[in-house]
Amino acid sequence: MCGIVGLFLKDKSLEPKLGAMLSEMLVSLSDRGPDSAGIAIYGAPSSNEAKITIQSAKPGSDFRDLDTELAKALGVPVSIAVKSTHAVVRTRPDKIDEAREAIQTLRPDVRVMGAGDVVEIYKEVGLPEAVVDRFDVRKMTGTHGIGHTRMATESAVTTMGAHPFSTGADQCLVHNGSLSNHNNVRRELIREGMTFETENDTEVAAAYLSSQMAHGKNLGEALEGTLSDLDGFFTFVVGTKNGFGVVRDPIACKPAVMAETDQYVAFGSEYRALTKLPGIDNARVWEPEPATVYFWEH
Amino acid sequence: MTATSKATLDQAHARVFDLDVMSLRELNQALHSLAPGSNETAWEVLNPKGNHSVAVGVDQPVSIDVRGSVGYYCGGMNSGGAITVHGSAGPGVGENMMSGSITVKGDASQYAGATGKGGLLIIEGNASSRCGISMKGIDIVVHGNIGHMSAFMAQSGNLVVLGDAGDALGDSIYEARLFVRGKVDSLGADCIAKEMRPEHLELLQGLLDRAGVTGVKPSEFKRYGSARTLYNFNIDNADAY
Repeated sequence: MCGIVGLFLKDKSLEPKLGAMLSEMLVSLSDRGPDSAGIAIYGAPSSNEAKITIQSAKPGSDFRDLDTELAKALGVPVSIAVKSTHAVVRTRPDKIDEAREAIQTLRPDVRVMGAGDVVEIYKEVGLPEAVVDRFDVRKMTGTHGIGHTRMATESAVTTMGAHPFSTGADQCLVHNGSLSNHNNVRRELIREGMTFETENDTEVAAAYLSSQMAHGKNLGEALEGTLSDLDGFFTFVVGTKNGFGVVRDPIACKPAVMAETDQYVAFGSEYRALTKLPGIDNARVWEPEPATVYFWEH
Repeated sequence: MTATSKATLDQAHARVFDLDVMSLRELNQALHSLAPGSNETAWEVLNPKGNHSVAVGVDQPVSIDVRGSVGYYCGGMNSGGAITVHGSAGPGVGENMMSGSITVKGDASQYAGATGKGGLLIIEGNASSRCGISMKGIDIVVHGNIGHMSAFMAQSGNLVVLGDAGDALGDSIYEARLFVRGKVDSLGADCIAKEMRPEHLELLQGLLDRAGVTGVKPSEFKRYGSARTLYNFNIDNADAY
């Protein structure tokens, strides 16, 4: 089953409430997937800092002194903000790839959840309520975000099997459904030089979009490609640094509802997820058409 | 919470259930506990907020006004109730309805009226994909459009669409009748356009009247139904298996 949500703010005055609104939406869909949950928040950009969200099964030892060790390795200032099993490493944008490699060398057991100028990704095994509490998501501010609560089908119930999946800078994706040609597509993407962390079908969809955008396509064009190149059931909600997109496969059996007002565009697997949004009673509410790409950019 | 927002028998004899205060189970249990001939014939449900299974399994001739949008399976298995959703409905509204009526003032999500055996389902907005899938005698009237794969394997009953139909209408249809006023994106396997004879015009007028549709003439519709070529195995197709 799975439940997915997305929220793209048009009204800046709502930005301080993004984490709270998105958390509320995700928690309302808890019974669509009790296995694991995750959320990606796009925060305020900073010209002199980029971020890497990392995760560890033993955060106490892995995150201790990692900032000083990284700063020494990179020769630039590095900060680390620990939240439970996750931590956000901040450093100069031009050092972000180097920092990612250094983290893998210094702490081989640490997993990278995602990286970019603005995105932070938190995901863990457990119910949405527990996951948003653990990472204090309700207090987070931002311009847009996506979330997922998982009922596992295609791969194991682990932190790395949880959504969102991120395979490119500031890009991430949540998925309701299951893909049937993911092994083939994964092989093709590996040949192109992409790397994968899991056996999960959704990670392949995320990597497919990253690959398309790396070839110069915009989010809308990349989403259009999923309709011919990915086989299976899907409703995808995708975030980029300044954009938010939705696409459903042509059969469209995975549910989806959207709402738009002057203040926001919101997505939920069900209308339940949208009922507490401001002005929802007067919002334009519709079901996205099958095989049709929707996207918004700031 | 005020006393009036709890379930009460008010002056107008409508029994009000506020789902912000009462549980869905309490509502459905109260509906199921109605004895035949009960005087509690008018019900109002407040704050449905996308909840699933609102007023499922009603089996007495009561009227139920749901003030807001509902989630999955509203009015499922309805037997004799007259349910009005003053909002939109999630997937499977009126699934397996036996008799009575359900009116959705807004839009309906996928598989509205699926497998319905009787009664009348009215969607005043649009219905999504698979509307009337496997319908078995229900009558469905949609004021707007319907999505793809509607009336898939429809067995009997009538589907009336004032707007357009999506792809693969009536795929593998048996004996249901489909009346579409607008365009049909494509017909499914074994579904064909059929002649509108006087008895069909009369039947359709009756359906429009029952659904409260005015200003629309039966002659504006086209009729679709089964070509009946899939009823028996054709030996020429043996190579396909």
